[in-house]
Amino acid sequence: MTVNVLMPALSPTMEQGKLAKWLKSEGDAVKAGDVIAEIETDKATMEVEAVDEGVLARILVPGGTENVAVNTPIAVIAEEGESVADTADHAPIKRVGEEDKSQKQAEAVPPAPGQTAPQDQPGDANRAQTKAAVEAATPAPKATSVAEQPSKSVAPEVPEGTTMVSMTMREALRDAMAEEMRRDPAVFVIGEEVAEYQGAYKVTQGLLQEFGAKRVVDTPITEYGFAGVGVGAAFAGLRPIVEFMTFNFSMQAIDHIVNSAAKTLYMSGGQINCPIVFRGPNGAAARVAAQHSQDYTAWYAQVPGLIVIAPSNASDAKGLLKAAIRNDNPVVFLENEILYGKTSEVPALEDFVLPIGKARIARPGKDVTLVSFSIGMTYALRAADELAREGIEAEVIDLRTLRPMDMATVIDSVKKTGRCVAIEEGWPQCGVSAEIAMRVQLEAFDYLDAPVLRVTGKDTPMPYAANLEKLALPSVAEVVAAAKAVMYR
Amino acid sequence: MVEESGGVTTGAPTIPAFTRDQELTAFRDMLLIRRFEEKAGQLYGMGVIGGFCHLYIGQEAVVIGVKMAARDGDQFTTSYRDHGHMLASGMEPKRVMAELAGKRGGYSKGKGGSMHMFSRTANFYGGHGIVGAPAPIGAGVAFANAYRGDGRVSLTFFGEGASNQGQVYEAFNMAALWKLPVVFIVENNRYAMGTEISRASAQIDLSKRGAAFAIPGKQIDGMDVRIVKAAADEAIEWCRNGNGPYLIEAQTYRYRGHSMSDPAKYRSKEEVQKMRADHDPIEQVRMRLIADGVSEDELKKIDANARKIVSDAADFAMADKEPDPAELWTDVLA
Repeated sequence: MTVNVLMPALSPTMEQGKLAKWLKSEGDAVKAGDVIAEIETDKATMEVEAVDEGVLARILVPGGTENVAVNTPIAVIAEEGESVADTADHAPIKRVGEEDKSQKQAEAVPPAPGQTAPQDQPGDANRAQTKAAVEAATPAPKATSVAEQPSKSVAPEVPEGTTMVSMTMREALRDAMAEEMRRDPAVFVIGEEVAEYQGAYKVTQGLLQEFGAKRVVDTPITEYGFAGVGVGAAFAGLRPIVEFMTFNFSMQAIDHIVNSAAKTLYMSGGQINCPIVFRGPNGAAARVAAQHSQDYTAWYAQVPGLIVIAPSNASDAKGLLKAAIRNDNPVVFLENEILYGKTSEVPALEDFVLPIGKARIARPGKDVTLVSFSIGMTYALRAADELAREGIEAEVIDLRTLRPMDMATVIDSVKKTGRCVAIEEGWPQCGVSAEIAMRVQLEAFDYLDAPVLRVTGKDTPMPYAANLEKLALPSVAEVVAAAKAVMYR
Repeated sequence: MVEESGGVTTGAPTIPAFTRDQELTAFRDMLLIRRFEEKAGQLYGMGVIGGFCHLYIGQEAVVIGVKMAARDGDQFTTSYRDHGHMLASGMEPKRVMAELAGKRGGYSKGKGGSMHMFSRTANFYGGHGIVGAPAPIGAGVAFANAYRGDGRVSLTFFGEGASNQGQVYEAFNMAALWKLPVVFIVENNRYAMGTEISRASAQIDLSKRGAAFAIPGKQIDGMDVRIVKAAADEAIEWCRNGNGPYLIEAQTYRYRGHSMSDPAKYRSKEEVQKMRADHDPIEQVRMRLIADGVSEDELKKIDANARKIVSDAADFAMADKEPDPAELWTDVLA
């Protein structure tokens, strides 16, 4: 009886990692609890322990292998006395990207008719949605990662011929902070685990080493307090970057974000501005349930005096975070844990700063306008791929900034397509897509050929169970169904 | 020593004496606040000032004692009973009054009102409507001072009611941890709106509220400007020398209601009368000045001057225009 040792996950969102090295060799005896290998991701390092007593019969993935998918068998432990040769037939190494998506897609079937989540839809769109979902469940070509799409449309914002560098959103955010800290000594980072731990999600990796403890400040677990300290320092002329380990914890601090940071310029008749960035991962990660999976975009986007940014890719993340740090206003910068590890092309410019308040057409099209932001772009872009195969050319708009919201770009698109679907992971009532629908009917009513629809997170707290969590989030199938519904197809 | 009637610690082992000039400064500055607040009360009654209006009458010695110990450049931050702190910071009475009246000449162009006023030039960082907010914000101002190493001290005031808010202790912890130059001054006027301190606080010696963070604390008679000044001297020097925060509980009393619409049901008229008669911070100074040989006439002149400044401020506020309607949309973003 042999036991497979699987590539472990270091976090719920980890999909792959590097098998850094083996500490045992084939043939070595191992006891349960023995450290047999070391695994690395861009976030952390972890030791793999043997779970059974026996002999390390076979190493399936050699030390130094990158991009080993979670749950890939990496070794075989045989019982004492068992022949190592018996273990010869084992699954080959599986790399990320090679996995068969069809199984994942099959699990993504939305609720049955009658149980359909309360999405907005006219007439018999329920049926259309179900039909689309069934279609989506059939094996589809390899899904496009969020990161692969945007680079071509970023191009107009960077000079012709600029070299592009591939990096994760995590690296892009770190570089943005490091560059701004080099540029302006008033910029500093403060938050939980930002310094010695190198960031709970490794976004501040290396900043302590370069800038020292004075400018990279670990705090106690005290969100309300350090948000207020940041605001006071910003009133007094510094430029704090306040990291929330996740935006769920910003609810502890929302009083200072809204009452102190957002309102003081107005309340002081323009005397006291608050140049501060509140940043961190927002929205659902994976399997962390209701209190760690909330999307606050709509909450903050409602507040005058705040700027709210939510990038979907590394390039926008870098250019917009640099802009946010330089901005003289309080900026709520909503990142996304699932997007941190996604790689995309970032212009290799000495000072790449993007304009705040400008949407980006991520994919041009003429038939229907899909509007989203942050991780919502994942669904929108994948849906656009699927729609294209059915001859529907969707124009996909990434809002990037939620406040101020670049509705002009959306309206121009809707005037062209006559149809609009807004997508977000947040809850439906009073959400970002509710605002988009309102503005579109107001400013492009005569151009609309169908009601504006939205695809949102479901109107429930986030469940823990994997299947329920999937149902609670928007899906590509729902976006496809909504797009077809507004096209009456 | 604690008096049975007022519950305010009077008498310290040795009360540091003021020079005559210091007594005159304290008298003049406290009286200006007193007269200003009396006028604000009148204007509220006339409907010139609206909304909430929290008067500082009775507490003048606290902010003036601290001000006399402060150096130019030290910053003031407080909550919404803030008119006295603004005057102490050197802000112009007429522009403070205009703000109370919601006029365009006010410090916030009429958009902040009584509770929300600021002046960067006077180093006054509010004026905050959330009672505990000054603690972390004042600590943040101190963080900037430490970051720059400019030797400034953040003077951060809040009430005993606010001292029960969690954010105060979050601020205490960080201020102590990072040795921030901030003096926390709790103005204990004994009533959080209508709730007497012993009904709201398990530990009513508020100077001990920093003990868990090893912040030195001192409970003082906040009705005696000399005692406040001496305590503030010590606290500010402690901070300026890089020792971290310091906590002062200044025991004081407000003569007026919590705000202008106070039912006055939670304490007796006799209690208020006794405090006014026996402990008035301005009267104490006046008596000492008289005993020192300063003439009644000279003191009356000072009073007349304060009344003139306040009357001019009221005239300015009333004559000033409301903000231009276009101001609704300005100062939302920088």
